[in-house]
This record gives sequence, C-alpha cells and structure tokens, in this order.
Amino acid sequence: MSCSVKAQDSKLSELNRFMDALKGASRSESNLIAILHKVQELYGYLDRDAMDEVAATMNIPTAHIWGVATFYHYFKLKKPGKHVIAICLGTACYIKGAGEILEKLKEELKTDIGGMTSDGLFSLEEARCLGACGLAPVMMIDGKIYGSLTPKKVSEILQGYRKRSSGE
Amino acid sequence: MAKKIKIYIDNRPYEVEDGQTIMQAADKLGYHIPRLCYHPKLSIEGACRVCIVQVEGMKNYVASCAYPVADGMKILTHTKELRTARRDIVELILDNHPEDCHTCERDGICELQRLAYAMGLRHRHFEGERKCYAKDLSSESVIRDPNKCILCGRCVRICSEIQKVNNLGYAYRGFKTVVIPAYDMPFSESVCTACGQCINVCPTAAFVEKNHTQELFEKLQDDNFVKVVQFAPSVRAAIGEAFGFEPGVSKEKETVAALRRLGFDYVFDTQFCADLTIMEEASEFLERLKGKGKLPMITSCSSAWMKCMEQFYPDLIGNISTCKSPMSMMGALLKTYFADKIKTEPKKILSVAVMCCTAKKYEASRPELRINGMPAVDIVVTTRELAWMIKSGGVDFINIKGEDFDKPLGLSSGGGAIFGATGGVMEAAIRTAYELYTGEPLMEIEINELRGLKGIKEGLISLDGAQVRVAVAHGLGNANALLEIVRKDPGRYHFIEIMGCPGGCIGGGGQPYAGLNSIPLDEDTLKKRAQALYDIDRHKTIRRAHNNPDIRRLYREFLGKPLGEKSHELLHTHYKAKFPRGIIPQELTTR
Repeated sequence: MSCSVKAQDSKLSELNRFMDALKGASRSESNLIAILHKVQELYGYLDRDAMDEVAATMNIPTAHIWGVATFYHYFKLKKPGKHVIAICLGTACYIKGAGEILEKLKEELKTDIGGMTSDGLFSLEEARCLGACGLAPVMMIDGKIYGSLTPKKVSEILQGYRKRSSGE
Repeated sequence: MAKKIKIYIDNRPYEVEDGQTIMQAADKLGYHIPRLCYHPKLSIEGACRVCIVQVEGMKNYVASCAYPVADGMKILTHTKELRTARRDIVELILDNHPEDCHTCERDGICELQRLAYAMGLRHRHFEGERKCYAKDLSSESVIRDPNKCILCGRCVRICSEIQKVNNLGYAYRGFKTVVIPAYDMPFSESVCTACGQCINVCPTAAFVEKNHTQELFEKLQDDNFVKVVQFAPSVRAAIGEAFGFEPGVSKEKETVAALRRLGFDYVFDTQFCADLTIMEEASEFLERLKGKGKLPMITSCSSAWMKCMEQFYPDLIGNISTCKSPMSMMGALLKTYFADKIKTEPKKILSVAVMCCTAKKYEASRPELRINGMPAVDIVVTTRELAWMIKSGGVDFINIKGEDFDKPLGLSSGGGAIFGATGGVMEAAIRTAYELYTGEPLMEIEINELRGLKGIKEGLISLDGAQVRVAVAHGLGNANALLEIVRKDPGRYHFIEIMGCPGGCIGGGGQPYAGLNSIPLDEDTLKKRAQALYDIDRHKTIRRAHNNPDIRRLYREFLGKPLGEKSHELLHTHYKAKFPRGIIPQELTTR
C-alpha cells in the first residue's frame, strides 16, 4: 500500500514538474491537451485526482477539462487493465477471421470492447489497423504483436499472461 | 468616438459606428435579426447560426452576431433564400427536440417555440433522432434535462462568465454533446451554487427549478396544518410580469390577497425578518467594529453566495455574518414565537416561503438551520412557481383587490423592502447601525452610491468621525473580483454586501422568465424592479428597521436584545468549508 502511494506521489510530482514549465506561458490554458497527454502517459488514463491537480495548478475549470477529455477519443477516461489488448478489426484481419478472435477474447475475458476483466488484469480495445496485415489476424498486448491468431492460440497467449502474473 | 462608416442594410444606406457587429448595428436601426444563442451580456458563441445574413461578396452566409461591419458593406437580412435557410436551421434544431410542448414547463414562454413560430415553421419534414438521457434530479434547486438542450451554450457562458462558478461545460462530441458538470457529476455533488441563472437564460426547459407546486397544493388541502406563508421583497417587484404587467409595478397587496385565496391562513412578510436581520447584523457589525470579531464583515443573506463561499472562499468563513437569512429567521420564528402565540404545536405549522431564488430551496434543506429537529421552512416555491399556482388555482390576479399582511410578522420598514436590490442590505444596515452607534438618526437615508447596477460599488460612511469603508457586489463574478481585492488587502473594507445574482434578489434565478419584449437579465427590467422596491421604501412612514414597532415588540416579548441568547439560538448559524469534487482544498494548492 505504502509503495503504491509513493508511486502515485512520484507521478504527481512529475506531472507538476511538467506543468511548472508551462505555467508562466501566456495563455497557459492552451497547453491543456499537452498536459492531458502527460497525465495519460503517466497514469495510463486520465486519472480524476490528476485532472483536479491540473485544474488547480493551471487555473482551468474542471468542467472545461472534462469537456476536452471527453471530446478526444484518444483520451481514456477509465483505468486500463494491467495488460491492454488491442484486437485489430481492420479489413485484412477481418477477412482472415478477426471476428472469431474477438468472440473468443470476449468469452475468455468476460468483457466487451472498452471493458476490463474483473481482476483488472486485461482490458480490451479495438484497433483499425496495426500495420501487420501479413500476419492477419493480429492483436497487440502492451505493444507486442501476436499474429496468425486462432481461437486456440488466443487462449494459450492469455494463459501465459495469467501464469506470469500469478507467479509475481 | 469610433469612426463612422457607411453600410447598406436591405439596400438602404446607413451611417454607423465602426467596430461593432452586424447584429449590433442592425439592432440600433430598427432591424431584428432572429437569434438564439446570442446574449448581449455574454461572449459570442456563434453556435446556432439562426442570425445568418447575406453579405455581398461573401460566398457563404455569415453569422451577424459575430461578423463585424465594414465600410461599404452591403447586407441583406430578409431575402427569400435567407428565410428558407433560417427556417431550415430552426427546423433541424427541432428535429432532435422532444415533441412535448403541451406538457412542457416552458410551454408558451419558450424561446425555441417562439422562434419556430416566427420562422414560419408550419410543417416538419423529418423525424430526427431524439436524445435519450435521464434527467438530473439530484439537486434541491436546479433540474437539468439534457433531452431539451439545444446546445446554445448560454448556461455554460453565464455560469463561467457572469457567475464565475464554472460548473458547466460541454462534454463528449457531435450528437452526443451534453452540457454537464465536470466528471458527469450529479448537480448535488457538483460546485453548482444553485443560483439558477442557467434557468433564467435557458431558451428551453433544459434547466428548470425543482418544482414544489404539486406538493404545496396538496398540503394546502390538509386540515391538520396551519398554513403560513412569507414572501420575499423581490417577489412583489416582479410577479406582475408573469401576468403581463409592465416591469417595475409592485404587486405586494395583490400577492397577499392571492395567497389567501390559495388557502394560506397567515400571510407574513419576509421584509419583517429583513428588518430583524438588520437589527442583528447591524449589532454584530458594531461589535466587530469594537474589536470583537473579524473585519470586514460580509453579509450572509444570499444562499447561492453562502454555498459559493463555503466552496471557494473557506478562508473567509470568519468574516461572514453569522446571521441567518431573513427567510430562515422567519421560519425559526414561525416554529417558536408564532406557534406559541397561536397556541399550536410547531410541527403543525406548515412554513412556506415564496422566493425570487432557486438557492433558497437548497438553503431550506440545510440541516443546521433546523429548529428543534424540524425544517424552519418546509416548502420553498419561486416567484415563477407562485405565478403558475395563482393561474392554476383559479385566482384572478389581474383584478384582485389588494389586502394587507397579517400580524405580528407582517409589518416592515422601508429598509426591509430594499433588501431585494443590490446594495439594499448595506443601505438598510447603515440606516440602523448609524443610529445604534451615534444615538442620532441618519438624515440622508438614501445612499445613492450603493444603488444601481455597477458590478462593485464602494462607499464611505462617517460614524462619529470613524470612517467606515463599505463595498457591495452583485453576481458571483463580481463577488469574486471584490474578494480577490479583500484577500490581497484585508484592511481595505469594514463591511461588504454580496448578493449571488446579477442585480441582487430582483434578478434571482426564480423570477419570471423574460417576456416578449425583453431578454433574460435585461438591465432595464432589473432597474425597474429595483425602482419598485425603492418606491415602496419611499412611501413607508417607517424607513429604518429599528423603528418597526413590531420588531421592538418581538424583542420585548421574546428575543430580549439583539445578539442575545435567544437570538443566538434562533437567528444565527455557522458555516463550514465544503469541498465538492473539482475543488482542491487551499492548503493542498499552496504547497
């Protein structure tokens, strides 16, 4: 517990260092998007305490920050799982059976696109093309590409992550 | 003096000042370009496109609210194409709007309805997609219904630009855009101060007050209660507008008569308790002036301002007068002094308040204002709600013969009446404080520096040679500006009056909607309402609170003396800091 609080504090202080550099600039509120990118980089999503901090430091109303945060799809409003799975639903992957892979993922994870497993281990997102059409169908977990997927392979890959996580 | 330029509107030449928009120029020349999101007191949004005009040489129509005039500009405002385009724009807004005008709160007084009519919309071509959101019913004061929202943004702008509360923003995008507090929070958990200005400026019923009229109609039929009502100074100054009377005509006696017709047993005047507030507040101020307590002392009558203060200025809690608002003082007296007088159990008294204010609904729900476990005020309805009740209850308000308030809580001084206008509390307090301090009556009791709609007003009063510096702010944005001065220079003022709404209570969030010939927050209307109160003051023989014989009797029979034990128990309260989401406590922000 104390460890995670410390980690939060170090994120917050890094966020504050980032904002300090922008605070004095004229029309400092125009840096809001850059700051929200920083929040997402640090937390993996737009943490509400962090947004409160941005509001207070940059003197921008929270309602306004919320407007920007909800406008752009890139900004995540929910905390992602420990591992983020992005399933490609682009044309090539789709023709090669991505629909079946997605069904398998939903079944294994008991969640839908945009959701997270109840243990917080995985969250599921869709991607439009990961640029690996030669390996279709593909998915990406935390930046690593898994290609030529079959439903069976999906199970094995997820199992591997589960094992490693319980071994930690 | 701005440069004069020549423009043509609908082929007629005009000489106008440079540096204004097409709409501003046209307004002064007798043209009325249709409009929706525009409001002269707010920034230009250009969102609705209803005010489009044709400008020669421009490929597209331009929004006249945002486009500046230029020398030689040729503007067309009512061509066939424009009329069609405007009608289509309004029709498209309507396509996503619920088709429930007959059962809507704003039926008959809705700007969108009026606009659709004026554009000649007699036929709907499309069945557009409807929004399907739950209403936010969490607040004691303000109901938000996103289904009726047309995204004109007036509420967002008044909340941030005039009130500086910044509770509202646009969230999400495209068809899914909604006006909502940060993090989609319900109103009850947000920084909303319940001032209700969003309701005043909303062209539709996307914002309305929490309606208590049905509950009140039911209670009025219940013979187990003694039904007692009070109404605020500003109610009489504005209620006539809801019946088509010109603004600025006091309908005090007619309102008393109408309330009796609706079934109230006793009709009392909040102004009586405004006098009482003055007795307590002036005495408190003089105590503080002698060194017992913090200066500047800041008034505490406005409920929206109280919530605003607890959230944004908790550092000033020690400066806030401990006096309850006149409404809550009246509620406290009804359930003690008055219950005794009529030999009735306090819990059998139905205490109702008619207020110009939506935040008073919130105030009535505050637990610390309860009297022996009972709410001091059971039901609060706004001026608008009362006007509706009078119409619905079959009372002929137009022709009704006026009646007088009941005793013993119905007599008031002129000082109590002017409470409703910005600067009025201060003026009334000075009239009394001066005499309490010097022992001599103040001769010039009309203090013109403190009247009018200037955002922040200052005055200097000499009390036996001691110079007392006072300041008055109305609207939470002006309050913000004034309090920033106070934070930097705490010794600058001795006494400050703050009212949450523009113009004071007369511009409250519960006042009648703007009629056909006015716009929300119209300064002319506010001035006329204020004048109605100043006229009441001028026609009273008693103009100073401490000369009100019924106030004297109340102290003699029941309260003892101002700031006495009984007063402290019933008429004073304390405030504490509140930190709804989105506000970071001061000590954290100053690290």
